[in-house]
Amino acid sequence: MTALLELDRLNVTFHGEQTIHAINDLSLRLEQGEMLVLLGESGSGKSVTLKTLLRLLPPARSRVQGGITVNGADILALSGRKLQEYRGGEVSMVFQEPALALDPVYRIGDQIAEAVRRKKGVSRAEARATALDMLRRVRIPSPERRMSNFPHELSGGMRQRAMIALALACRPRLLLADEPTTALDATVQIQILLLLRELQKEFGMGVIFVTHDIGVAVEISDRIAVMYAGQIIEEGSTHEIIRDPRHPYTQGLLAANLHDAAPGERLEAIPGVPPALDAKPVACSFSPRCPHAQPGCRADLPPVVSLGPRRHVSCLLAQQDIAAQ
Amino acid sequence: MLAYMIRRLILVLPVAFGVSVICFLLVHIAPGDPLTAIMAVDATAEEQAAMRAAYGLDRALPVQFLLWLGNLVQGDLGRSIATGRPVAAEVWRAVQNSLLLAATASAIAFPVGLLLGFIAGYFRDSWIDKTVTSAAIAGVSLPNYWLGMVLVIIFSVKLGWLPAMGAGPAGSDGWAWDWGHVRHLLLPSFTLSVVPIGIVSRTVRALVGDIYRMDFVQALYAKGLSNLDVLIHVIRNAAATALSVMGLQLGALLGGSILIETVFNWPGSGMLLSNAIFQRDLPLLQGTILTLAMFFVAANLVVDILQAAIDPRIQRS
Repeated sequence: MTALLELDRLNVTFHGEQTIHAINDLSLRLEQGEMLVLLGESGSGKSVTLKTLLRLLPPARSRVQGGITVNGADILALSGRKLQEYRGGEVSMVFQEPALALDPVYRIGDQIAEAVRRKKGVSRAEARATALDMLRRVRIPSPERRMSNFPHELSGGMRQRAMIALALACRPRLLLADEPTTALDATVQIQILLLLRELQKEFGMGVIFVTHDIGVAVEISDRIAVMYAGQIIEEGSTHEIIRDPRHPYTQGLLAANLHDAAPGERLEAIPGVPPALDAKPVACSFSPRCPHAQPGCRADLPPVVSLGPRRHVSCLLAQQDIAAQ
Repeated sequence: MLAYMIRRLILVLPVAFGVSVICFLLVHIAPGDPLTAIMAVDATAEEQAAMRAAYGLDRALPVQFLLWLGNLVQGDLGRSIATGRPVAAEVWRAVQNSLLLAATASAIAFPVGLLLGFIAGYFRDSWIDKTVTSAAIAGVSLPNYWLGMVLVIIFSVKLGWLPAMGAGPAGSDGWAWDWGHVRHLLLPSFTLSVVPIGIVSRTVRALVGDIYRMDFVQALYAKGLSNLDVLIHVIRNAAATALSVMGLQLGALLGGSILIETVFNWPGSGMLLSNAIFQRDLPLLQGTILTLAMFFVAANLVVDILQAAIDPRIQRS
C-alpha cells in the first residue's frame, strides 16, 4: 500500500538578504488515517513544512528540493489547474489564527461554498447545502445563522470550527493543522482537539498536527516527530516518545513540561537558544545546547539510528547505546 | 443597515451647524470692512451707517448670525454686495459648472487611478510598479495650474486643437452636450484629474500590496482558488478603503479648484470664490463657502454609508 505522504530528503531555503536553511534533509512517511504531531519550538520549521506541502511558499524567494509524494503523485511537479485541484482537495489546511485566515468581508457560508464549488463543480445551492452540512458536522451552534455571519461576528472557538468546516468541505485525504488551538482559550482548545480527533476518525483522513505544546501532542497523536533546526531528530509512536525519549532534546522538552513539577520548584529548561539557520548544518545542530555532547557530535552530522520499524533518532549517543548492548 | 444610516444622518446635523457657524465667523474675523469696496471713497459717516443698517451689519454678531441662519434654512443666502443678484442663484450656476468639471475629472481619475493602483499593487516591486509609482508621485507633486498652462501651450497655442479658456463657444450661455462645449471641458478636466489619479493609485497600490500579504490570502490559495478568484477577494477587501479615498477626492474636486478654474477661466465655484474674495463680497463668500462645505459633508455621508454596505465590520464600530 502506498503511503499517504512521503517526504524524501526535503530541503527548503529562503533567499533574501541572507539565505535561511529552514528545512534540512527532512524525510517523513505518513500512512493513511494516521495522526502525526510535528513537535518543536518556534522557528524549528514546522509551519514551513506544512506550507511547503501545499506549495504555498513564495516561489521567487524560496527554493524547495527533494521529494514530496502524496498518494503516489509528485507534488513538486504540479502546476496550474492541477495544483489548484490538489490544494484544498487532496490536502487542506487549518491555520493558526482563524481570525486572520478567514476573509473578513465574506460570509462564512459563502467562503465554504466557494471552495466546494471550485472543487466539485456543483451548483450554488448544492455547495451551500454542503457548507451547511459541514457547519453541522463541526457542531457549531445554530449553523443556519452562522452561514450568513461574517468572521468578526463569531467567537474564536466558532471561527476555528468554521475554519475546520472549510478545510474539510472537500473531504481531503490529508489535513494539515498549523497550531490550530494556540490562539484559543484553554477550555476551547480541548473542544477543538476532541473535534479534530473525532472528524479524523469519521473521515478516515491523515492529519499532520503542528504544535509546540507537548500536552496537546500527547492528547491527540498516534505518532510524534520532534523537529529541531529544520530536521526531524526523533520519531516514533506517541507511547514510545513519551515513555522512552532517546534524543537529549526530546528528553529536555519532556523534562521542561509542567506536569510533574512541584510548586515552588524551578522548571527544568533547556539552556541556550536554537541555532541560526544561515548555513546548512554540518554537525549535530543541538550539540551546542546538549548536556551529553561529545567531540564527535560537533565533528559530523549525527547518524540516523533505527530503533524499530518506524522509530528513528538522529543522535550519536543512541548509536553508542546500541553498540554497547 | 437602516439604523446605521439614520444614526449617520443625525450625526450630520451638528456638523452642518458647526460648519455654518465657522462660515459665518470666518468672514467676520477677516480684517477690513466689506462695505468699503462698494462705498464711495468720500462717503460721510451717516451714509456709512445707513449702508451698514441696510445690510444688517450694525446689529450684534449673534443676531446677525441668527438672521442669516433663518434666511439660510429658507434657501435665501442674501444678495451679492457687488452685483446685487441673489447669492443662491449665483452659487447654483457656478456650482453646476464646477460639478460638471468635477464629474468629468472623477470619471477620468477614478478608473485610471484604480487600474494603475491595482496593477502596481499586484506586481509590487517590479518595474511596472516602479513606473506607476513614479508617475503617481509626479502627478501629485506637479503643481496642476502649471501643468494646465503647459497643456494650454501645447494643445491650444502650438497645435490649436482645443480652446484655452471658457466653458463654451463665445456668446453661448449655459452648457450643452455638443462638441463646441465638450472641447472646452477636455483640458481643464484632464488637468484636474492628475492629482486624484496619483492619490487614488498610490492608496490602492499600498492597499492591494498589504492585502496580498495577509494570512487569509494564503488561506484562499490553500483552499485551491485560482489567481483570478483570489484577485476578486482582494478587490472586495480593498473596495471600502478605496471608496473612502475617492469620496474625499470627489469632495475636494466638488469644491472646484480656484487655480484650475482661474487658469482656464472656467465659470465655476472656485472662480466665484476668488472673485468674492477680491471684491470682499461678504454674502457671496459666505454662501459659496457654505455650499462647498455642505457638498463635502454630503460626500462624506454618502461614502460612509456605501462603505458600511461593502464592509460589514464598519457598522459595528
